[in-house]
Amino acid sequence: MTDTAIQVEGLGKRYRIGRARHTSTLRDALMETIAAPFRRIRDPLTPRGHDTFWALKNVSFEVKRGEVVGVIGRNGAGKSTLLKVLSRITEPTEGEARIYGRVGCLLEVGTGFHPELTGRENVFLNGAILGMKRREIASKFDEIVAFSEVEKFIDTPVKHYSSGMYMRLAFAVAAHLEPDILIVDEVLAVGDFAFQQKCLGKMGTVASCGHTVLFVSHNMAAIESLCDRGIVLEEGSVAFCGGQAEAVARYHQTFAGTGGQGRFAGAEANRGEAPRARIVSATVTDPQNGEIGQVRAGGRTQFRVECFASETLDRPGLGIGIDSSSGQRIVTLHTNHDPTQFRPRRLNGAFSFFCTVELPVVPGSYTTKLSLESEDQTIHAVEQAMSFTVLPADCYGSGGRIGRGVVLCPQEWLLDEPGSLALPLLGRDSG
Amino acid sequence: MPTANAIQLNEDPVAEASAAVRVRPKPGWQAIDFAELWRYRELLWILGSRDVRVRYKQTVLGILWAIIPPLFTALIFSTIFRLLKVAPQTLSNGFPYLLFAFTAQVPWQLFASALSQSSNSLVGSQHLITRVYFPRLVIPISSLFSAVVDFLVCLAILAGIMLWYRESIDLGWSLLTLPFFGLLALATSLAVGLWMSALNVQYRDVRHVVPIMVQLWMYASPVIYSSRNIPEKWRPLYAVNPMASVVEGFRWALLGKNQPAPGLMLWVSLVSVAALLVGGLFYFKRMEKTFADLV
Repeated sequence: MTDTAIQVEGLGKRYRIGRARHTSTLRDALMETIAAPFRRIRDPLTPRGHDTFWALKNVSFEVKRGEVVGVIGRNGAGKSTLLKVLSRITEPTEGEARIYGRVGCLLEVGTGFHPELTGRENVFLNGAILGMKRREIASKFDEIVAFSEVEKFIDTPVKHYSSGMYMRLAFAVAAHLEPDILIVDEVLAVGDFAFQQKCLGKMGTVASCGHTVLFVSHNMAAIESLCDRGIVLEEGSVAFCGGQAEAVARYHQTFAGTGGQGRFAGAEANRGEAPRARIVSATVTDPQNGEIGQVRAGGRTQFRVECFASETLDRPGLGIGIDSSSGQRIVTLHTNHDPTQFRPRRLNGAFSFFCTVELPVVPGSYTTKLSLESEDQTIHAVEQAMSFTVLPADCYGSGGRIGRGVVLCPQEWLLDEPGSLALPLLGRDSG
Repeated sequence: MPTANAIQLNEDPVAEASAAVRVRPKPGWQAIDFAELWRYRELLWILGSRDVRVRYKQTVLGILWAIIPPLFTALIFSTIFRLLKVAPQTLSNGFPYLLFAFTAQVPWQLFASALSQSSNSLVGSQHLITRVYFPRLVIPISSLFSAVVDFLVCLAILAGIMLWYRESIDLGWSLLTLPFFGLLALATSLAVGLWMSALNVQYRDVRHVVPIMVQLWMYASPVIYSSRNIPEKWRPLYAVNPMASVVEGFRWALLGKNQPAPGLMLWVSLVSVAALLVGGLFYFKRMEKTFADLV
């Protein structure tokens, strides 16, 4: 027996993009087949394979039994592709991974939940989809229901559940999956903060029971507290593999070069169906000195988001979510929140949104999520679009430091000293 | 097979642990791992029973919807032939036309709904395919379940109709072959469904093709007429369509007497189903690894 849980050697995954991806109807495929030889005659110098890209390239690492390994990296770095290859959802193009033991893979919670079925039926359905035996689910059923806190509604169709109840039940099933190797994607980025903490706690328990966990997250606090080691992916390759603290530091470095701005024309935009409009780039600046990626606590911050719409967008909107380094959403800025009824009716081609705010947040590093919407439907979203730093500043005008906490709160103090007339406090004078 | 044991709970964890699952690119044509499929039988069952449970949720008529299409089709054709003054006996081997037509509609609906459901099954389950590993064959196979349940309901109605027309029927030992013909209908729909569902992943045209195909196929099968209306020398060729044998087999099993027993036609159909099914399985297996990327 070996103490290796996962051994990855030279793993690569190539996706086809561009022209080849659009042959989604038979007619296109036939046209493509007919046109292909002519195209080659026309431009014989174009190398074949130019319309592919490597989501993963030459990835090698090893995970020991019982280790908890965090996989981190920017958007489009190949994290999700890696998990999909390891969980055998998609086949690698080259290389090999050897996996020793039963794999449980959790790319989202509630996979296969059917709205018309009751909570009870969905527990069995979801459990079976995740690879649990009926017997196994039945024996853990009470535990699952207790964890989810939806006992009263367990025989109600889940379409009547609130989203919180739905998530709790879905996670409860997943949490009771007991594989040798647990592969988890960003499933914890859902629900409210208390629920996230509960999930993280459960993950910690799973890990401490000697299970091997491979864990993708943008939540660096979770990575640092849960993981033994970290793997940093950059553009489909392993950029760093080692201690979790160094990995997180390395991850922050990848932001440093482009801190405060991001361009999103890369891999991820090509992967799914091409959205009809995209967020192209974004910057955070301090409007007072024009510095990119650094603002002063209590000062003004300006966001600029450039978009491009290939089709006309009706009632476009933009949301900017600002998260703290522990992954907690601090505030969501949205075009809908503008008091002057900022309502562009329709937009086409290239356009930019500007948003100026005074963020009442304590110094630290923050990340942003962007989402471009039309008629309240998300058209294109970019997680972890960019990060920026809020620098310490004398935001209270007191010359003192800012205490612990999350938000800034300009404040006035008065002193009530018995016998002193210094304070004409309301309601006291009358007595 | 090296792909033998992911996700599965093995009874012997040590044996499990020592055998590594190797994730690597595989050559195009692969054998089908029936052992693995067998280990996923619970998933097969649970997905199938899910489809059955949700099929008639939030409908007023509920399970009646299983009976309405075949009954109406049989009624419509018997009315049309009456209006056109076509002597129905020339089509129906001397049986009352409604009985004759409904006996064919029961296996036909099984085939038609099993085929359309399995053709759309992979695309309809893209949510599962892109997020969890399991043998993808589970999906088209489990999509047959609800068609089978509808079929059983229709059989009960058919029993009622047969009771009504009991004088025209000569029920005998041939009744015992009924499950065989039911399975043949299922095998045919799975065979075609495997091709269609795999093609549908890449070419969504399939979704539009299948209803037309089913409609044409009905006229190419002895559903509203009898295979006796086909010249005898063409009948072996006619039986390349396995549904010809299924429908005639149903009539033979249930109506007896005037209905010819299956002979050469059945053998031709069996060969044809086997070829379609084996081809479908291999094609499906070949395309399987691309499903998660393309669907």
